[in-house]
Amino acid sequence: MNSQPEKYWSPYLAGFVLGLVLLATFVIMGRGLGASGAMMRSVVYAVDQVTPAHIDNNPYFAKYGGGDKNPLDNWLVYEVLGVIVGGLLSGLLAKRLKFKTDKGPRISVKGRLALALTGGAIMGFGARLALGCTSGQALTGGATLALGSWAFMMVMFASGYAIAYFVRKQWI
Amino acid sequence: MSAPFYKFDLFGYETGLVIAFLIGVAFGFTLERAGFSSSRKLALQFYLRDMTVLKVMFTAIIVAMTGLLYLNLADVLDMSKIYLNPTVLYPQMLGGAIMGVGFVIGGYCPGTSLVASAIGKIDGFFYVGGALLGMLIYGEVFPFFQDLTTSGAMGNATLSDWLNLRPGVVAFLVILMALGLFYVAEMLEKRFGEKA
Repeated sequence: MNSQPEKYWSPYLAGFVLGLVLLATFVIMGRGLGASGAMMRSVVYAVDQVTPAHIDNNPYFAKYGGGDKNPLDNWLVYEVLGVIVGGLLSGLLAKRLKFKTDKGPRISVKGRLALALTGGAIMGFGARLALGCTSGQALTGGATLALGSWAFMMVMFASGYAIAYFVRKQWI
Repeated sequence: MSAPFYKFDLFGYETGLVIAFLIGVAFGFTLERAGFSSSRKLALQFYLRDMTVLKVMFTAIIVAMTGLLYLNLADVLDMSKIYLNPTVLYPQMLGGAIMGVGFVIGGYCPGTSLVASAIGKIDGFFYVGGALLGMLIYGEVFPFFQDLTTSGAMGNATLSDWLNLRPGVVAFLVILMALGLFYVAEMLEKRFGEKA
């Protein structure tokens, strides 16, 4: 038995399959893929359990879970549950299930985890402002040629390249 | 013409949720197979050492885009019933700029962080925690800059409206651009490449 993890797919094969999944989503549902929207809904759900009045009084939260609305009763939430299961399935079959932290050779695990938390918070904030993330904007809006999604995509990558030098010790 | 199926009432809301889950499984599986469960592999994109993100994203975009155009042309699919992300230029660009920073610092985007967490990446857990926190903060401060979030609203604008070209021509240009980027990506990897 070989216990080495399997290789990743060729990027072009992975992209082709991902494109077919996205196309199938359009054909079946009339909409595209997403991720951050479901995470937002989980946040609203959690706050709603503690203090429902706070959700009702904030126009942004209320849109998702105001009054009797259940923020988790949504297409994206089920899609994202599937994403987690699909990732787990692939990792299992490829022998990649393992507790570990990815990082470059020049940073401590603690340092990397602190930056993961920080970067996640920045991304979470930005994704709500941008009305979606890499899945909902770049991929879905990119394929439907939505103007704002293309502007979003260009600015996001430009900004990443502009900042990369300053955090290079984390990765290279 | 019978696609998109859901919009033509071929099935109901609850069946749609089951389909959502199944589509999600395929999506998550593919992201993991592409190597997007590794933050370092994703981040090396920004150091020109591993261009997988660019190759996967643009391949996916041109496959789905071309598929939509052909199905529309063949009268199988009604393009007007496909959700089009509304353009709200300023928040999208500002949000994009913020997300670029978050991407290179955090190493993931929201979808890939979930896939990474699913296979046990500890930096994935921290990233997801951070993202949820960032979204909570966004909601809390939203009332203070609500006007910004609707500035530059252009409705259902597309690249073809903006360039004043037919969607097919724009798609052709996007494909040419993608092929050019793939060529550059291969050159960069040959020169700076490193297997993550």
